[in-house]
Amino acid sequence: MATALHIVVCAGIVPDPLQTLEPAGGPGAPALKNEMALPAVLDPWAASALYEAAALVAKNPGSKLWLVSLGPKAKLQQVMMTVAQKVAFELVPIDGLIGGFPDAHSTAAVLAETIAALPGLDRERLLLFGGWESATRGAGITLQLVGERLGITDQFQGVDQIELRDDGSFEVLERVEGGKHQVSVCAGTPAVLGWATGNLAEPRNNPQIGMANMRAIMPALQKATPASLEANGLHYISVALPKQQRTTRVVKDLTPHEIAAELAAWIGAE
Amino acid sequence: MESILVLTHTALSSETEADSGAVLTRASLEALSAGIELAARLGAPLAIGIVAVDAQSAAAAVSSAGARLLGVSGESFGQPRYSTDAAACEALCRAAQATIVLAPGSSRFARVAAGIAHRLGGVIDTHVTALAGTTTIEASRWFYRQRVEAVLSRDARPWFLLLDSGTHAAFAGDPAPAQVELVAVQLPQPRTEVSGLRAPSHGAQTIRPDAKLLFVAGAGWTKKQPDGQTHVTEAADLILGFLRGSGASLGSSKSLVDQTGENQQVLPFLTHLNQIGQTGATPRHRKGLSTCCYGEEPHVVGWRFISERRAINLDPNCGWARGKADVVYIANAFQVMAELNRLLNPGP
Repeated sequence: MATALHIVVCAGIVPDPLQTLEPAGGPGAPALKNEMALPAVLDPWAASALYEAAALVAKNPGSKLWLVSLGPKAKLQQVMMTVAQKVAFELVPIDGLIGGFPDAHSTAAVLAETIAALPGLDRERLLLFGGWESATRGAGITLQLVGERLGITDQFQGVDQIELRDDGSFEVLERVEGGKHQVSVCAGTPAVLGWATGNLAEPRNNPQIGMANMRAIMPALQKATPASLEANGLHYISVALPKQQRTTRVVKDLTPHEIAAELAAWIGAE
Repeated sequence: MESILVLTHTALSSETEADSGAVLTRASLEALSAGIELAARLGAPLAIGIVAVDAQSAAAAVSSAGARLLGVSGESFGQPRYSTDAAACEALCRAAQATIVLAPGSSRFARVAAGIAHRLGGVIDTHVTALAGTTTIEASRWFYRQRVEAVLSRDARPWFLLLDSGTHAAFAGDPAPAQVELVAVQLPQPRTEVSGLRAPSHGAQTIRPDAKLLFVAGAGWTKKQPDGQTHVTEAADLILGFLRGSGASLGSSKSLVDQTGENQQVLPFLTHLNQIGQTGATPRHRKGLSTCCYGEEPHVVGWRFISERRAINLDPNCGWARGKADVVYIANAFQVMAELNRLLNPGP
């Protein structure tokens, strides 16, 4: 028997990974240079969570999917033009700061408050999804904090797979050390799942889904609640790019055998 | 005045054969070293909290640290699980009343530490790579997936700091019987059962965190070669042969792993767990050898903590030739790896 789920995916927006990043703004208020002008994408691991959530919703009739995203309205709109073509969801935008430097505790408080107030959300049927770490702050704590604030004490991080069972319980595979998965069985919702890559490929763009999504997304963006994120006593002393320019020896004139011999000696050297 | 608690845990019984569920993990001992250094620098008292089936036995390894020993014991703590681990760590933190809580950034504590910080009204930072400062604490960590480095401090307490593994030497005191203050824990009724660990189902275990060498396979391995054909089976044999001969751990670029989901011919032993870089792991190994990769920024991220880096690539203008690697060999990786395997795996 299928279980009707209420899945909320928390996903931020991040600079496209191919962009060159440069800190700006100084330690008092760090940011990225031209941050608002950088092309943005949905946070990669959170995007995995969104695709997994959509697959679960499709398999379980009566389920519903919300995407809660905090970021500047203009950037959210830009990213949603692409994301909306992938899977069907209801966007819950929060108009706030972009980037990895705002305090995660403040971010979590805003997200939790927003989720708790979602009309029609049944928290007993809630699966709270997101990326296990963002590509900005990369701390892996925001989703956990949101879960605690919502009183959810079954949490899983680095998730690559969820398998729902007929009795409402589910098996979860979480990444642990040594390239292995920890296998757990949870009695049922509510639960928090911070996703790693999962097993699904990125869905192809579907203009029909995009059109349907955008009809609700644009009004939602216009009504996006502004949020201010407190620093909570967090001070940045320095923010800098790593200074790791190496002097590279480019070897063009050795045979494969000679290169192999050099590599073997290098690998064997203590 | 600050007071410091180092949270530690034992390995899951099947995590490593040597640990057998009764020995503190290496990452825990590294966190302890960091705690000892920090306590000495700040003149702060130090306590160690142990989460284990038998905290008394596990404490023997850290008894010589000269710290107050607190522990939670019980079968429930043999399995890493949010509800029980959070309750255990919360009880240890409340008993220690520390202002600074250090813990290893293991999968077990990374799952629960933020929740515990929230329960105690504290704050948390993770992936900490260094702790500095004499009167205040300054924590270094990376942002934007190891592309921007920041040093930060916080006013709020308790402040939880999860330390990345490999950033401190492991504590190595002489084992001796220890007196542990056992802390009572109010355990919730667990709704989650851990049934064990599962290795990837693709045969060879290719991820070896303790290996000295990281071997990175790029997308070039499955592309058409000079004869106009792909040679994926040969590529797989060469890579696995090299892993056997060198004991290296295998990393991969995202594009190569993603081919699995795109129904292209793929290297059968690769999973997303092998993926390094912007959307994968950032492993710590002493040496790294990259093959058929391109020096794009997302790849560089995966190499941030590799000390000695070499690469084999056909393209002399590859990003690796611009200050990312120590040596770039301009050659066909198929030919070089075949020769290298002959040297590393000499026949009878």
